[in-house]
Amino acid sequence: MNPVYYLYLAALLFTIGAAGVLIRRNAIVVFMCIELMLNACNLAFVTFSRMHGNLDGQIIAFFTMVVAAAEVVVGLAIIVSIFRTRHSASVDDASLMKL
Amino acid sequence: MENLIALLVAAPLVGAALLLCGGTRLDRAGHWIGSLLAVASFAVGVVLFAGMLGRDAGHRALHQHLFSWIPVGGFRADVAFQLDQLSMTFVLLITGVGSLIHIYSIGYMEHDARRRRFFGYLNLFLAAMLLLVLADNYVLLYVGWEGVGLASYLLIGFWQHKPSAATAAKKAFLVNRVGDMGLSIAIMLMFTTFGTFAFGPVLAATGQTSEGKLTAIGLMLLLAACGKSAQVPLQSWLGDAMEGPTPVSALIHAATMVTAGVYLITRSGALFNAAPDAQTAVVAVGAVTLLFGAIVGCAKDDIKKALAGSTMSQIGYMVLAAGLGPVGYAFAIMHLVTHGFFKAGLFLGAGSVMHGMNDEVDMRRYGGLRKYMPVTFVTFGLGYLAIIGFPGLSGFFSKDKIIEAAFARGGTEGWILGGTALLGAAITAFYMTRVMLMTFFGEERWRNAPTPSPDRPSAEPAAETRGEYAPPHPHESPKVMTVPMIVLAVGSVFAGGLFSIGDAFVGWLEPVTSFSHGHSPVSAGVVTAATMVVLVIGVGLAWLMYGRRPVPATAPRGSLLTRAARRDLLQDDFNHVVLVRGGEHLTRTLVYLDHSLVDGAVNGTAAAMGGLSGRLRRLQTGFVRSYAVQMLGGAAVLVAATLLMRGV
Amino acid sequence: MTALAAAASSGEAVQFWILGIVAVVGALCTILMKRAVHSALSLAGTMIVLAVFYLANGAYFLGIVQIVVYTGAIMMLFLFVVMLVGVTAADSLKETLKGQRWLAAGLGLGFGILLIAGIGNASLKQFNGLGDANAGGNVQGLAALIFTKYVFAFELTGALLITAVVGAMVLTHRERTERARTQRERSQARIREGKQVTPLPAPGVYARHNAVDIPGLLPDGTPSELTVSPTLRERGQVRDVSGQALADLKALERRSQEWLGRGSGSGSGSGGAERPGPAAPKEGAQK
Repeated sequence: MNPVYYLYLAALLFTIGAAGVLIRRNAIVVFMCIELMLNACNLAFVTFSRMHGNLDGQIIAFFTMVVAAAEVVVGLAIIVSIFRTRHSASVDDASLMKL
Repeated sequence: MENLIALLVAAPLVGAALLLCGGTRLDRAGHWIGSLLAVASFAVGVVLFAGMLGRDAGHRALHQHLFSWIPVGGFRADVAFQLDQLSMTFVLLITGVGSLIHIYSIGYMEHDARRRRFFGYLNLFLAAMLLLVLADNYVLLYVGWEGVGLASYLLIGFWQHKPSAATAAKKAFLVNRVGDMGLSIAIMLMFTTFGTFAFGPVLAATGQTSEGKLTAIGLMLLLAACGKSAQVPLQSWLGDAMEGPTPVSALIHAATMVTAGVYLITRSGALFNAAPDAQTAVVAVGAVTLLFGAIVGCAKDDIKKALAGSTMSQIGYMVLAAGLGPVGYAFAIMHLVTHGFFKAGLFLGAGSVMHGMNDEVDMRRYGGLRKYMPVTFVTFGLGYLAIIGFPGLSGFFSKDKIIEAAFARGGTEGWILGGTALLGAAITAFYMTRVMLMTFFGEERWRNAPTPSPDRPSAEPAAETRGEYAPPHPHESPKVMTVPMIVLAVGSVFAGGLFSIGDAFVGWLEPVTSFSHGHSPVSAGVVTAATMVVLVIGVGLAWLMYGRRPVPATAPRGSLLTRAARRDLLQDDFNHVVLVRGGEHLTRTLVYLDHSLVDGAVNGTAAAMGGLSGRLRRLQTGFVRSYAVQMLGGAAVLVAATLLMRGV
Repeated sequence: MTALAAAASSGEAVQFWILGIVAVVGALCTILMKRAVHSALSLAGTMIVLAVFYLANGAYFLGIVQIVVYTGAIMMLFLFVVMLVGVTAADSLKETLKGQRWLAAGLGLGFGILLIAGIGNASLKQFNGLGDANAGGNVQGLAALIFTKYVFAFELTGALLITAVVGAMVLTHRERTERARTQRERSQARIREGKQVTPLPAPGVYARHNAVDIPGLLPDGTPSELTVSPTLRERGQVRDVSGQALADLKALERRSQEWLGRGSGSGSGSGGAERPGPAAPKEGAQK
């Protein structure tokens, strides 16, 4: 089996995650979809690492995880504080940017 | 001696300033101040004239440089005066006739509350007119030109409470603007062509300049002359200008201002001599106006408008003569001077008649007045004989010479021009006899209550038609009015003869205008005889129509030509249809274009941008997920682009 | 396991196809499940599968980190927040933005096709394998890189994490501005208001269902709103069994009558016996 299939899988997962971001309204689920996309990227990085025969790809994936962790912490904190004030976790309710 | 020249202009200018700024304190003395300053100016003119006669013909011109007015680089306009024989003639005419009319006005305007202001305007006119004829360059001439236009406007509309007078003043001003544009364009052309405005250098340089440029300048000058001198096609204002007080009509619209065009053409004689096409145009304008004015004068029942038509016609003679070149300049000016005498006298006579007839102007309401106003009758009659060219009187000499000069043009043109001038003489005899007969002879039509005429339905107040008509009591005017009339009548009788003794006038003007004897295909005697014949025909015809038969108090409907002539040969209708309607249509078209094209383009762009923005605004839903869709779309485009670039 | 070849073995292929399908199904469930909890669990499953893939690709350290940090910590954090926030448990999947779903589907499809086409286009023939790189041990190799080549980025991520922690605290922490009221003060306030002096009634008074989501019944058989937690009421998770109770009661009465042989002629009784359910709640509701 060619390891390129891992890349196809990563692309598929990334697309599913992107579609989820567009479709779902619950901010938490949207967040999960973003995590899914990040993970798809990580899979691709790991595959590329194997392809090139060095560990740089894995390092990038590692950093991605750290950044994702930090992002989740802050993002969830934002969701919680928004929920406290607006009693809703729907991204459509936060449409204050519209005139 | 030359320092006196400025005094000529200064005296009436001071008078105007005094009278117009002095306020009501000067009300009681205003007319005396005005008249005194006019006479003073005349006295200075006489002194200068005496001095001029003392020098020999070559050294008669005087120059006075007052100050440099607009010195800007090569552009140089000075306030400087030039007093040569031509200017001298005008100075004497203007100040002389002007002084007489000032004195006459003391009586004529006696009952007018605004007499001081009237004299202020008259003085202003004198100053401007003198500036016009004394200027040594075209720019200063233009100042005087506009000055007389202003004075004319103010005096035509002097009785501004009458809407007709206010309208007539506006009309005169507007029509004159057209001519003034011509003069200003001519001055600009002169500057670009010669680099100077002074008469001397400009006229000296005409030899070295291309004929096309000179023709253009000449045509522009002709346009200016047409405006100021009421020549076709800018003639329409003169008839209405009779709304002003009669002394104004006599001074400005008969003797002096309207002749400014002739002065301009004569002064620019060297320029016209070098541009034969422009000269032809001048001649054509003069010939057409000559007949035009005469025909209009035949049909008018208003005594002043009949005289206005006559003025137009006589100035046509002068313009015709001026267009003939060196053959005619001197005769144009000579006719101008004699015409100044007799036409001013006629207008003053008409004013005197009106004065005694409750300001009635309709000649059909006159009749048999010779018994009641003998002095007026005699002076008017002498003026009449002078204008029709009765042998021995002024008009005979000057007009006869013009007709001769017209024939002397030679060829077909000469015959046409000469014939026109002869025909004009016949018509002149006819309409002047008509005026004379209707005013001073026949039955006394003013004794009966007037019936409303179809042409003037609202002219008479309703009260008079109800049988409460009080007939006027014709009476002779006071001395202060009759004396100027007598003086002018004397001038009308003797001026022409005096000028013609040994060709004195021609010799006098020759250094300025140059003179050449034309070769007339018909001898002078034949011309004189023909003139006499047409004179008799004209007078006889008028006598047949107005002397033998009683004149109806109400104007008959008349022939088509008569009706057209009563409407000033449809000149106002022509102007209305061509200029007013055309202008309105043009404006409407432009407004439509502005609305549809310019505004359409601007508003269309704005609307397109607005509509586009409205559509684009929909993209900004405010929903995060919509933006996410757009982001993904953008990412997809980027990926696609990358792939395509790699693929290529 | 140590000698990772450039080309995958057939065993890895089998593993890929099985777990790959699991991963895709998990991802699809993540975006299609109605409840956030289900989505989170599906995502956790996908992540575990990915962890296995990392291991299979020679990223041993990352695989473990994926399980411990991602699946263990981050996903559990998600679950906590879902519990904390997800009052409206059923996230309606009905689309409110016009055309959004079609756009999303179309764009997702197009984007996926583009990505896959790109991968297919790329010349990915050569696979070096991680044999050399992992020779000294995967963790040691990573450590050597992190603390030499990527040390600056590593320090930065440390700063980022600290910032994120402080940020999360700042965002969620609320300073108490007044003293907490004691039990005594609260009871006094309740009596002063006079609305509900006694404690709220307990749920689940019906014999067979004493769960917290079943409201207690009032004497006339209708459910009492006061007996269930407002959170459950908000979520719509209250199970109303009052109708069933009334129907049961009627059925009991009817059966006892039949047993006693008294109500044989009653038509309405027999009708009620066959379908007790639907009619009863209506009666209850009408009262």
